[in-house]
Amino acid sequence: MNFDRKAFYGVPLETPLMLGTALYPSPSVLADAFTRSKASVATVSLRRENGVSGAGQDFWQLIQSLGCKVLPNTAGCYSVKEAVTTAHMAREVFDTKWIKLEVIGHSDSLQPDVFGLVETAKILCEDGFEVFPYCTEDLIVAEKLLKAGCEVLMPWGAPIGSGLGLNNLYGLRAMRAAFPDIPLVIDAGLGVPSHAATAMELGYDAILLNTAVAKAGDPAAMAEAFALAVRAGLLAAEADPMEPRDMASPSTPVIGKAFLS
Amino acid sequence: MIIHHNGEETTIANPQLNEALRELGYIEGRFATAVNENFVPISERQTITLRDGDRLEVVAPMSGG
Repeated sequence: MNFDRKAFYGVPLETPLMLGTALYPSPSVLADAFTRSKASVATVSLRRENGVSGAGQDFWQLIQSLGCKVLPNTAGCYSVKEAVTTAHMAREVFDTKWIKLEVIGHSDSLQPDVFGLVETAKILCEDGFEVFPYCTEDLIVAEKLLKAGCEVLMPWGAPIGSGLGLNNLYGLRAMRAAFPDIPLVIDAGLGVPSHAATAMELGYDAILLNTAVAKAGDPAAMAEAFALAVRAGLLAAEADPMEPRDMASPSTPVIGKAFLS
Repeated sequence: MIIHHNGEETTIANPQLNEALRELGYIEGRFATAVNENFVPISERQTITLRDGDRLEVVAPMSGG
């Protein structure tokens, strides 16, 4: 099946799956998971480096071996300044204009601070970044992010790492309907492959997940399960699903039925 | 001179940023720097002279979701 949907800042993705690189039990398990997921994008971050150990350099070699497009994040940033500075550092280290913009508003829910998010997105877009904002399904926030220069939106399914799935189906459906031409990615909160399939059936263009794969008992198998689910959901969306109805409708023809009573 | 390198008090001999980085073990590879919470691109490192008490952050690729 060809994945021929919206491009992300002009870049078409080979598959609609973006996979995080955190929380795996080992680098080899991470590599196996990526292979079986067929993910087209790998999310990464920046953390303090110890000049002597150089662990970050080993990690970078591993990421390069995956053959994925790299999407650095600003995870853990709670302020506009922190996120802007982190984005600049990421652009230099990873040599990409792409940035997954996270401006977190609350440490328990990891809910985006949408006010800081819009402000930061505007600064970064004006500075030439191609921003992937981690947002909610709020339509007004989405409009402001687009006005700020974002060309992709990434609403959460549920809080990061929760595995709850799609908490607000109505809101996500409304977002898809409101922005039919904008690449939309469900980012965060997915727990099992059926969540991903549902997201794709809603017409979303990609999903981004990490914990559901990395913390599975068999991360590589779960990665493949998500790959199949994404493919199934995409195929279903493109096949134009039937409209649900409240009442039953017989699938077996009634006309011609033998009179036997 | 004492600076704060990634949150830890560290003594360095040479205050020039590039030299200080070498002294701290950053010889090659991909890393980015900030001094006192301001990003310092590679092209500007040679222009920066650290002062006593400055906060130097050095970050490198790491796993992320």
